[in-house]
Amino acid sequence: MSEERKFRWIGTRPIRHDGLDKVTGRANFGADFSLPGMLHGRVLRSPHAHARIVSIDTRPALALEGVKAVLVGADLPDIPSQIGSGGEQQVDFRDLSHNVLARDKVLYDGHALAAVAATSPRIAAEALERIVVEYQVLPHVLTVDEAMAPGAPILHEDMFTKGIEPTPSEPSNVAGRVELGHGDPEQGFADADVILEREFTTQTVHQGYIEPHAVVARAGEDGQCMVWCCTQGAFMVRAYCAKLLGLDVSQIKVIPSEIGGGFGGKTTVYLEPLALLLSRKSGRPVKMVMDRGEVFRASGPTSGARVRVKLGAKRDGTFTGADVSLYYDAGAFKGSPVMAGGMTILAPYKIPHVKIECFDVVVNKPKVAAYRAPGAPISAFGGESLIDELADELGMDPIELRMKNAVSEGTKAVYGPKFRRIGFEETLEALRSHPHYSAPLGPNQGRGVAAGFWFNGGMQSSASVNVNEDGTAVVISGCPDIGGSRASLALMAAEELQIPVERIRPVVGDTETVGYNDLTGGSRVTFATGMAVIQAAQDVVAQLRKRAAKIWEVELDGVRWEDGRAICTNGNGETPEPLTIRDLARRAARTGGPIAGTASLTARGIGPSFGAHICDVEVDRETGRVSVVRYTAVQDAGKAIHPSYVEGQMQGGAAQGIGWALNEAYLYDENGRLENPGFLDYRIPVASDLPMIDTVIVEVANPMHPYGVRGVGETPIVPPLAAVANAVRHATGVRFCDLPLSPPRVLEGIEAAR
Amino acid sequence: MATVVFSRGLQQYTAGTERLEVEPGTVRDVIAQVLARFPALENRLDSGTAVSIDGEIINEPLLERVGPTSELHFLPSISGG
Repeated sequence: MSEERKFRWIGTRPIRHDGLDKVTGRANFGADFSLPGMLHGRVLRSPHAHARIVSIDTRPALALEGVKAVLVGADLPDIPSQIGSGGEQQVDFRDLSHNVLARDKVLYDGHALAAVAATSPRIAAEALERIVVEYQVLPHVLTVDEAMAPGAPILHEDMFTKGIEPTPSEPSNVAGRVELGHGDPEQGFADADVILEREFTTQTVHQGYIEPHAVVARAGEDGQCMVWCCTQGAFMVRAYCAKLLGLDVSQIKVIPSEIGGGFGGKTTVYLEPLALLLSRKSGRPVKMVMDRGEVFRASGPTSGARVRVKLGAKRDGTFTGADVSLYYDAGAFKGSPVMAGGMTILAPYKIPHVKIECFDVVVNKPKVAAYRAPGAPISAFGGESLIDELADELGMDPIELRMKNAVSEGTKAVYGPKFRRIGFEETLEALRSHPHYSAPLGPNQGRGVAAGFWFNGGMQSSASVNVNEDGTAVVISGCPDIGGSRASLALMAAEELQIPVERIRPVVGDTETVGYNDLTGGSRVTFATGMAVIQAAQDVVAQLRKRAAKIWEVELDGVRWEDGRAICTNGNGETPEPLTIRDLARRAARTGGPIAGTASLTARGIGPSFGAHICDVEVDRETGRVSVVRYTAVQDAGKAIHPSYVEGQMQGGAAQGIGWALNEAYLYDENGRLENPGFLDYRIPVASDLPMIDTVIVEVANPMHPYGVRGVGETPIVPPLAAVANAVRHATGVRFCDLPLSPPRVLEGIEAAR
Repeated sequence: MATVVFSRGLQQYTAGTERLEVEPGTVRDVIAQVLARFPALENRLDSGTAVSIDGEIINEPLLERVGPTSELHFLPSISGG
């Protein structure tokens, strides 16, 4: 991109186009949709953590008046194990099918094993109670340590650990092992003056999106299917449903609703294939909505984990070597985010010798789904906590220690390649110079800092820009708007068309109104779909110039686009008056017809982003309660298209990370049943729990993007776990290595240290 | 010549070799050269693998160009939330 480019609209803060509907309650979310004659679907879920399904008798349910269809696992096609990519993530479709509806075994409390459709929700609920299931209850495992213990109950008899040579002959709950890194860690530790090593644990936590999963599906007699649902990717839902049900993607149209939060949790399917199949069986539309308990028990949280970190450094703070082991649970099917955890831990730092072992472990809990920078906050909790301890050991300022080892352009990342232009040093500098860092602390207060890294994503995007007959424009993308992306896409179109952003209407299309789009995730929409919008808008500008040239009867290179107008720079004789986009739109019929631009691309040039946070806590030494009293998040956004939504992402990520650090955890009883599947007992932070989270946007342009954009949505959840724990350490003198830092745990730690 | 750099994990299939010089071309060409030299990597550089070319991570890389001075790494394909 041009460093000198002056923006007119980029960087401004217009009111979001969808804002009024959302604040007045008019916006339509997943559960708001209904159709005439619609049935109500419900899912029967396992009460056991691990059990063989000996038999299911659905006849009593079908006999109930009002019940129109019943499904069990045998109604879904058998699919061989096949890794595919329906969206951004790798998925094994066999596992996905078995997660949507269990076959011979249930693998966690909440695992779906049957579904019904009835004329009312009450009848559907009653029908579930009439389904008779005989289980053979099996022993279960809930943690990576239990799952890897000798003699542990095996979830999948056909799972043999990948990544170990030779492949083991016995099945295992360890799905895979991957080793990353470079150099010789032993040499790194031999070069060190100080070596620290600790183990850390984190618990299974949920994204906590406010809107439960919801779908309405209609399967027509002609084989054409319609799906209305809340999702992060309509094209993903289409692809996954087609695969699971043996349909062509052209037989399914998916219309995304507004979405009440996803954070990665809506990047797969749960209800959609069931609703489609129930509709096909019953011949009527079927609506299915999870209740909050089902969201917790059966949708994908992120991993519980154990993290071991060993770090060596010279007395002057220079890192010399690291050795890391990461054990992440994947839930009941393989595919935890452990490799991303391995690639991101210590990614902000130059380390000559690194070894990182990653283990993907299945347990009897719901299959994990993506959660905002999947895997990175977990490993960063270990890495950034140990760096804080190292700073104490060396008597160094923790930001100075990070600055001394900070990666920059040309530095080899711990995961291998050399970084291109990045802004970690600038981020740390902004953190250090923030007034928060030098502000005095009160009694029982402590301050912690931590840093974080995320790759950000590119992937495939399409967009259209249509000029209306009055010179306003519509921007159509195919990425559900989770964090204000419509406003950002409209700003980019405004910048290219050079018209006010209020004259642009951004909309989210369905799977038949816009070209293919990968899902909304990986912090990719403003970057990648924005690139498509820029190209589509440039296509429109090129057409507008051609139309003006035609009207003026001049060569195209004699027409310049400026300030939303075509200006003739090469007139024959008298210079004509400029033609505005409105003038050209009105004359479209006689100059070649409607004016519309499109672009489709696989976005290249992703720009990683770094963040660094300061957290102040106050600890009640009588109760162990930790209160966050001040918090500042700093992040390199590359270029903030709509700064309010960049700041919102930074605040939201920090808030979720604080909840992860202080309160959140899946709590299971001895039978492996989830004990806290609701917001009363699974405590996410609410507004009154948190101070205003201050933000600083650093802008080190991504040279590979026309406006300099990096992604912003995920990085801000990476530092908070360690920032909070480091603050608690400095408030109490106790290093806590196990999350969450709940009052009983903190109190126990304080008392043990007395 | 372009350079392929193998991570610690992949080095178990390259007899400990960390760096391999290859002729420039597409990633597909480079993989063919790598497999010819290290057959044990067969099926290890599949659809779950991304590459980094000169620091840029690419998830669908087969037809991407690898320049005469490029450095290529094979990486796990990662997802986002």
